[in-house]
Amino acid sequence: MFDQIGLIFSTLVRGLPVTIAATLGGIALTVVLSFVAGLALLAPSRTVRFLSRVYVEGFRGTSEMVQLFWIYFVLPVLVGFELVPLFAGILVLGLNHGAYGAEIVRGAVQSVPKAQYEGAIALSLSPAQRMLRVILPQAVVEMLPSFNNLFIQLLKSTALLYFISAEELTERGQLLAPSLPIAQLVPIYVIELLFYLLLAVLITVGMRALERVGARRLGRRAPRRRSTPPVTAGGV
Amino acid sequence: MNWDWDYAIDSLPLLFQGIVVTVELTVLGALLAYALGLVLALVRQVRVPVLSQLVYLFVEFIRSTPLLIQVFAFYYLLQPALGLRLSPFVTGFVMLGIHYATYTSEVYRAGIDAVPKGQWEAARALSLPRGRVWTGVILPQAVPRVLPSLGNYTISMFKETPLLLAIGVLDVLNRAQEAASETFRYVEPVTLAGVFFLLVSYPASILVRKLERRAGTV
Repeated sequence: MFDQIGLIFSTLVRGLPVTIAATLGGIALTVVLSFVAGLALLAPSRTVRFLSRVYVEGFRGTSEMVQLFWIYFVLPVLVGFELVPLFAGILVLGLNHGAYGAEIVRGAVQSVPKAQYEGAIALSLSPAQRMLRVILPQAVVEMLPSFNNLFIQLLKSTALLYFISAEELTERGQLLAPSLPIAQLVPIYVIELLFYLLLAVLITVGMRALERVGARRLGRRAPRRRSTPPVTAGGV
Repeated sequence: MNWDWDYAIDSLPLLFQGIVVTVELTVLGALLAYALGLVLALVRQVRVPVLSQLVYLFVEFIRSTPLLIQVFAFYYLLQPALGLRLSPFVTGFVMLGIHYATYTSEVYRAGIDAVPKGQWEAARALSLPRGRVWTGVILPQAVPRVLPSLGNYTISMFKETPLLLAIGVLDVLNRAQEAASETFRYVEPVTLAGVFFLLVSYPASILVRKLERRAGTV
């Protein structure tokens, strides 16, 4: 029944590097934007706070698909140069999830006990030292579980790159599908879904390792995992 | 290239039809997600042997794989295999509902876990039948608490509906594309599609935040 499984597997595997590149690129951009925008949400300057708020609400309030279409189809018309699909994808993934990540960073920084700020001030650390040496090391550990969920959302969103023909996993499968009889579609979707599942597990394993490292550096024991509901995918 | 107001206004009626479809999909999908999610959560809580484990695997699997592929698999594979002929619209809201049911089931579970243990014990002391414990004691306390989370998922569902254009659902983004493909002008319709999303989801999120303040989050 599954006589073409070799062909299906090799076709799908060729899409895997693009999916992984989009995921890693998206994660890198997400982390940068999360910290920049998240800390900007806590900035003393009203203007900075306002600009960051506009970015966060703007990207959380509109659909990721619309953002993708906008950057891929509209932006080239406005600025006159076209983006490579993969690059446009990374940009959208990063911008969109960075907006969610900004709220994670803000929440974690605010959750650091106030005494830590006061202690840092009493030791007359400069504001930069206070942030980098005292607040962030504690806040980052708080952020990691939420970022884990966010990165998995991001991984799942890479499937949207299908719409801009980035030749990633989902698109490879869809290009292959029409040439095969229905029974042959089973392995396509099963293999695709298993690939995504595998990548999701890898992300989780990596983030758990980071959590342990972070907790150890704070001299805490790694937290016992409670069953928490996943961070909302959306919700402005 | 500049912004053409006349063209933008011309494309509004089409976009408006699209946003209505998007909202319909969201509402129907959300109702399905609320109901199915509760069923999934109860099956796991009541610990039906085998079934509970299957539900757990199902929830984890659906949650960690992309909705787009699930939609494809349902539309091109499962549906012909089962001999169904559902329209893209029905497929769309059913898949949205199933996908988000796995999220809402976790939300309900957290809500049920948050009901104090004394409530269970009191219900048992009153020797209420098991069904009454759920419908009369646990759920009336658990569900209001999770309403804000359900609201948040509804908003994110709303923002995920455009991916249904992959199977030809005429939502707001697909309408925008339709308008653009006639004139080769993407700027106005796609931008307006974004504005439409913001116009619905921003007030909705403010509403959810109000709900949050009133309910006290889980």
